[in-house]
Amino acid sequence: MDRRKSIKALLIGGAASAVFIEACKNSDKKVTEETTLTKFTGDERMQEENDHYKKVAADHFFDQHELATITVLADIIIPRDAVSGSASDAKVTDFIEFIVKDIPSHQTPMRGGLRWLDLQCLKRFEKTFKDCSSKQQIEIVDEIAYPKKAKPEMQQGVAFFNLMRNLTSTGFYTSEIGVKDVGYMGNTPNQWNGVPDDVLKQYGLSYSEKELKECVSFDKG
Amino acid sequence: MGDFQIKKQPKQYDVIIVGSGAGGGMAAYVLANAGLKVCLIEAGPNFDPAKNSAQFKNPWESPRRGASTKFRPFGDFDGCYWGWDIDGEPYTQSGTTKWDWWRARMLGGRTNHWGRISLRFGPKDFKGKSIDGLGDDWPIGYEDVKPYYDKIDQLIGIFGTNEGLPNDPDGFFLPPPKPRLHELFIKRAATNIGIPVIPSRLSILTKQLPNNKDRNCVFCGQCGRSCKLYGDFSSSSVLIKPALATGNVDLVTNAMAREVLTNRDGLATGISYVSKDDMQEYQVFGKTVILAASACESARLMLNSKSPRYPNGIANSSGVIGKYLHDSTGADMGGIIPELFDRKRYNEDGVGGMHVYTPWWLDNKKLDFPRGYHIEYGGGFGMPLYGFQWGIEKLNGMYKIKDKQKEAGGYGVSLKEDYRYFFGAHVGMAGRGEGIAREDSYCEIDPSVVDKYGIPVLRFHTSWSDYEINQAKHMKETFKEILHSMGAVVTWGGDDGPQNNYGLHNPGNIIHEAGTVRMGNDPKRSVLNKWSQAHDCKNLFCVDGGQFVSQADKNITWTILALAMRASEHIVDELKKQNL
Repeated sequence: MDRRKSIKALLIGGAASAVFIEACKNSDKKVTEETTLTKFTGDERMQEENDHYKKVAADHFFDQHELATITVLADIIIPRDAVSGSASDAKVTDFIEFIVKDIPSHQTPMRGGLRWLDLQCLKRFEKTFKDCSSKQQIEIVDEIAYPKKAKPEMQQGVAFFNLMRNLTSTGFYTSEIGVKDVGYMGNTPNQWNGVPDDVLKQYGLSYSEKELKECVSFDKG
Repeated sequence: MGDFQIKKQPKQYDVIIVGSGAGGGMAAYVLANAGLKVCLIEAGPNFDPAKNSAQFKNPWESPRRGASTKFRPFGDFDGCYWGWDIDGEPYTQSGTTKWDWWRARMLGGRTNHWGRISLRFGPKDFKGKSIDGLGDDWPIGYEDVKPYYDKIDQLIGIFGTNEGLPNDPDGFFLPPPKPRLHELFIKRAATNIGIPVIPSRLSILTKQLPNNKDRNCVFCGQCGRSCKLYGDFSSSSVLIKPALATGNVDLVTNAMAREVLTNRDGLATGISYVSKDDMQEYQVFGKTVILAASACESARLMLNSKSPRYPNGIANSSGVIGKYLHDSTGADMGGIIPELFDRKRYNEDGVGGMHVYTPWWLDNKKLDFPRGYHIEYGGGFGMPLYGFQWGIEKLNGMYKIKDKQKEAGGYGVSLKEDYRYFFGAHVGMAGRGEGIAREDSYCEIDPSVVDKYGIPVLRFHTSWSDYEINQAKHMKETFKEILHSMGAVVTWGGDDGPQNNYGLHNPGNIIHEAGTVRMGNDPKRSVLNKWSQAHDCKNLFCVDGGQFVSQADKNITWTILALAMRASEHIVDELKKQNL
């Protein structure tokens, strides 16, 4: 019998205790983790990679406060717009948590940059960044988001925000939402028949007779 | 550690092959089809692209979105296991040497890691010394290898065009794919300044081969991940799979070769290896031994095969093994084409790699470097992966975006517009040239370091000369001219100069190393004769990049395949005549 069904039956039967509920939660969590593990440890992976992945995935780097701050920042960098969703819709925070464990050279700039930002906000607004009002958040972000016009004393913040922008965007545009947004249409079986005619025309280009004669063509249909 | 003993395999083979890449795969294919009993030893695990490729994976199907790891230095979806660093298998450098050594550990070896660029050497490429006095001539010429290039073109499949170029010979080509948009820009711009651009020559099946309907290209552009449909060449799918189907090949994977075994007469009798599966020691025996472990691994294996008869390593009376180590030169540059901003979207994958390239077009007699280079091109709508438009803060303040000048950096809805605007407008180019093979550029056994299996490791001693540095300078000047001619703006690689050898990559970094077990007519100055057969040990052959005297500016795989086929047919003949 399915274990989850049996636990459900126990609950319905009124015999549930805190222990059973806890067991139920844990088993569900384990199922999720195992699904994630299998997703990234398929036939294309060698043993050493799978061992490495399991180790990295089981580890934690950012604390809850840092993760919450990253989420606020990421949604400022990539908000929902008319075309697509936001960084948090694309689970960018999860990606950033993973990638700093996988590429440890990001750890200190990220941790230190988040702390730098909080200290700036504490001095100015007596609150950490994530607890500031949206208006206050944007006020400080505006001072570090534009490298060329930022004040010299904000340069550490500029360096952090550059990294945060790059990590957020990489996380977003490599997600399903982001790939669709930017309009990448490849990675699917097809037949390459050359640049579409209207595009050739747009740039005043055409294939030469030699190219048309020697290159592979497929029926357009 | 427990006790271990050496397990001797009772079966006597006709041939033992070490390594399953281009050379070993071709040898196994030819010899097995000739009815010989073959034992094929590979240091890595089994690999079948049909099962093990990440071909159609999307970026989000990698937790690191395709970023590289030490297991996959060219990205998380790349087809190759390992690369610059392998756990437990170090190598060392002498003095100021900065040698980069790529090692694949898997069935098919490094044919799982290359751009499928399949260039024949031309007549001049075998006779460098006769032309400019540098390096050495090969003991063979184009006419000796041509019949094998012809067979390989038709057996494996390659697209390209017959252009009648004197040193870039014609072949048996499938039709090339049409150029992509940025390639048309490149072609127009380069042609305008006198630099030829012709269809590339890649071993990818733009059409099915007449006699083989099992292989098929679906234009997904992911050859680098290895092809589930066997639509491109890799040794595992195209050579080893059919070789195994003959029933004549025993494949031993995860087997790290330790030594070539010899008898009192100095003949090779087999190979000893350690199994990575059970860490036990094994020996296999055969009438002939073929090394195809890669230029440096084959040299290492030979140098480590010492006996009273061969105190300097097997077949090394010349002392030449390990010397004349050379890689292709490489320098690169990238730019952005403002005319391509805000492009219309469509599927631009094509085949995995460039559709056009530039073969060497100048006369070295008029230049300050003796040998040529070709140019490879990239760009267009690539799959977004880790690092996608990284550093946009350096770009988005430089151009009007949708007719509006913006401040560099930024965030929000405006930033999202920028990423869309720039997507597909980047272009890159890479020069790959010929360096001169020199006696004083070499690898040797490090006297004090072993790997985790107790096998002494290689120590590298390599450098570039002014010839290669001047060539890199010329590459950079050319790239700037082409980019300028097409209205592009240099975005990277434009600041290299004399302070960093004009961006010339470390030797080894282009992953075309060759020359360590070179062939020649003089046994005092070469290891192998013109049949890839050791001068000192007639039943020992080396069919990988080690045997090369020089390597032109042509990626060496197609020539490894041709020479391996040639040597293998020679072995079949010699075994028939009982000469081995």
